[in-house]
Amino acid sequence: MSEVTADTIGSVGPAEVAELELYHAHSWLTKYVFCQDAKVIAIQYSLTAMAIGLVALVLSWLMRLQLAFPGAFSLIQSENYYQFITMHGMIMVIYLLTALFLGGFGNYLIPLMLGARDMAFPYVNMLSYWVYLLAVLILVASFVAPGGPTGAGWTLYPPQAIMSGTPGHEWGIILMLASLIMFIIGFTMGGLNYVVTVLQCRTRGMTLMRMPLTVWGIFTATVMALLAFPALFVGCIMMTLDRLLGTSFFMPSVVEQGQLLNYSGGSPILFQHLFWFFGHPEVYIVALPAFGIVSDLISTHARKNIFGYRMMVWAIVGIGALSFIVWAHHMYVSGMDPYFGFFFATTTLIIAVPTAIKVYNWVLTLWKGDIHLTVPMLFALGFIVTFVNGGLTGLFLGNVVVDVPLSATLFVVAHFHMVMGVAPIFVVFGGIYHWYPKMTGRMLDDTLGRIHFWVTFLGAYAVFFPMHYLGLLGIPRRYYELGETAFIPPSAASLNVFITVAALIVGAAQMVFLFNLVWSLSRGKEAGGNPWRATTLEWQTPQTPPAHGNWGKELPVVYRWAYDYSVPGAEQDFTPQNQPAPGRATVPALGQTA
Amino acid sequence: MIAIILFMAVLAVFSGWWLSRQRLMAKPWLEVDSVGGVTAWVGSPVPAAKVGLGVFLAVAGCLFALLFSAYIMRIEIDTTPGAVATGTVLRAMPVPRLLWVNTAMLVVSSGALQCAHVAVGRRERDAVRDALLIGTTSAIAFLAGQILVWRQFVDAGYFAAGNPANAFFYVLTGIHGMHVAAGLVAVGVTTAKVWRGATPERLRLSVWLCTVYWHFLLVIWLMTFALLTGWADNFIVICRALAV
Repeated sequence: MSEVTADTIGSVGPAEVAELELYHAHSWLTKYVFCQDAKVIAIQYSLTAMAIGLVALVLSWLMRLQLAFPGAFSLIQSENYYQFITMHGMIMVIYLLTALFLGGFGNYLIPLMLGARDMAFPYVNMLSYWVYLLAVLILVASFVAPGGPTGAGWTLYPPQAIMSGTPGHEWGIILMLASLIMFIIGFTMGGLNYVVTVLQCRTRGMTLMRMPLTVWGIFTATVMALLAFPALFVGCIMMTLDRLLGTSFFMPSVVEQGQLLNYSGGSPILFQHLFWFFGHPEVYIVALPAFGIVSDLISTHARKNIFGYRMMVWAIVGIGALSFIVWAHHMYVSGMDPYFGFFFATTTLIIAVPTAIKVYNWVLTLWKGDIHLTVPMLFALGFIVTFVNGGLTGLFLGNVVVDVPLSATLFVVAHFHMVMGVAPIFVVFGGIYHWYPKMTGRMLDDTLGRIHFWVTFLGAYAVFFPMHYLGLLGIPRRYYELGETAFIPPSAASLNVFITVAALIVGAAQMVFLFNLVWSLSRGKEAGGNPWRATTLEWQTPQTPPAHGNWGKELPVVYRWAYDYSVPGAEQDFTPQNQPAPGRATVPALGQTA
Repeated sequence: MIAIILFMAVLAVFSGWWLSRQRLMAKPWLEVDSVGGVTAWVGSPVPAAKVGLGVFLAVAGCLFALLFSAYIMRIEIDTTPGAVATGTVLRAMPVPRLLWVNTAMLVVSSGALQCAHVAVGRRERDAVRDALLIGTTSAIAFLAGQILVWRQFVDAGYFAAGNPANAFFYVLTGIHGMHVAAGLVAVGVTTAKVWRGATPERLRLSVWLCTVYWHFLLVIWLMTFALLTGWADNFIVICRALAV
């Protein structure tokens, strides 16, 4: 890298842009379908992710209906319930959140925010989307396969995942594993692009420390995902072989319905290690882009520079590194050595430090800011509250002695939904409300947006707050029905009904959002190029929506960091990154400085 | 999980070193440039493809480190001299001579590509072509040899389902073989370019990429071989001692 140290800040002159060999679409098919433009790929990724996400939303309704009214619906048998749980979790974590943050936001924002024309390898980028789509289709195919999708739980723990007691053990599990393998291959193609683009394709003046935090978040998350997904890949391949060829990577000697199976000598714990070596970084793969995006939303809508930019960057990098040495905190009850548990509890609590730094910095950015309660800002604030909430229960669960009794109760479900379900999805919504004007040239409807926010925000709390309480009562997760149990009071059943009603309402509110997306496409208010008066480069494009190649003849030159809001003495309350310093036009021209 | 942790530690050291050169201590809010004077980031002199390969090798290295980790966790080594191990997961397969031949083939292949790289530097087109051809042929011979080894094992009754150690052998060699096969596509494309008369200058990048990838695959193979033959047993024992 040719980064130069601070004391040798020199003049590199105005941008001289060579004619780039850009990919040009020649037909409708290559412009909208098999397109190599990162912006189109981003939209393809986002729409696919949202479509499959809707399936997962409906599955959560069905689960909630069963929990509130056990046995009332004949289409929800116990095996269906397990299938719904599994597919809901898998889709939401991997096919929706990971794909939307990295494939959707990453593809759209990285080149634009860095002042690049496109990704480093556009063809591979296009391939990445199509492999992702294939993965989604394989996943969907498992719904119509004989025996239905797998019901092994989203963690797919062997041996039960491939034994005949588990629904979908015939086809469902094979399709699930095949789909994950395809997803990882597709993601690796995309991830290579995001990383190399950030490293290589920044425009002039865009040093790493001038990158918006959104790019920092997506970049670090991508690096983590590239290193974490291979663990899931290895686990999936081995389990596929166990299922298809009868190998015993994960399968011990086991008796099924009175018959000794042919497996022997495998280790289920090995799978847990592989799964969580991927699974824990996955939490931050979803959270880091959210951290980055929310930083930019807060700064822009509070008209104030982000507090502690350097610390924010260091915290992102630090969280990324630490998240690789905490995985076994998901395995406290797997019979591990207590010293291991102690080690992982310690690292888990250490990771709270950089995370807390970020929360403080968001709050301090808001402090005395000129807060505009726009819809993106509302979602950003909702994120902070929810993330703190989920993070605090994470401190409970990170401690071995507290975790053991709470393990596999609804407390865990409430915790991870708060911290990596609701909180990141708020950022997804905030991001969409924020960047939709750039993507389409029109604003999303404000009233519908506010309805969407308040119903979703209050509804999410109505769903997950009582769930903590149910968890403390000891109600186990993944149970099809509770039946008559001495330690569960009858009031738990009425609370379950309440949660279900809230969940149905929250789900319905998302339809308002989808309607808004479609309706505003043609009826929304004209946005102009920079409706939020933001500083980052994507708002400074010559056209809105940005044309092919993003910029005009010349690439923008970056003169300042991304957060020059309300600079004292400046004409406007924001100064775009590509605006040079005023009044210093006497700086020597190119060639006159050493 | 010791192999992957070592691998991640190496990556962490490298990333730390790289980050330490990125002016992370800069105070960007104080550095506003004016026209004609832009804080020097003028783009990287390294081609994107090289960085791309580097990132890919980190990912592939991670994959193999995980496979090695799983192997080390599972394999049982009886350290008492002369004893026959009794667990179910133990190194049950012999090391056929053919594996040595295959290893030699891969070494030849890697060496040939290194020669191609040197020849590109000297602008000797014919030498580049010959070296690439030798590299391709010997890599194909390696793959064919690996398949033969599989056949021999199956004929001798070492089925993948028989014992986790057998299964690990097939998976490790299989995934490595797939990486070689995918690399052969890249080498094939480069060789085709020579055939169509590309000048050595235009081949420089492709040949460099292929060579680095080939060396990587050789190193991975040597590690796999060491694990499978038992030379790395002492290392595994040390790893286990470290992991309490």
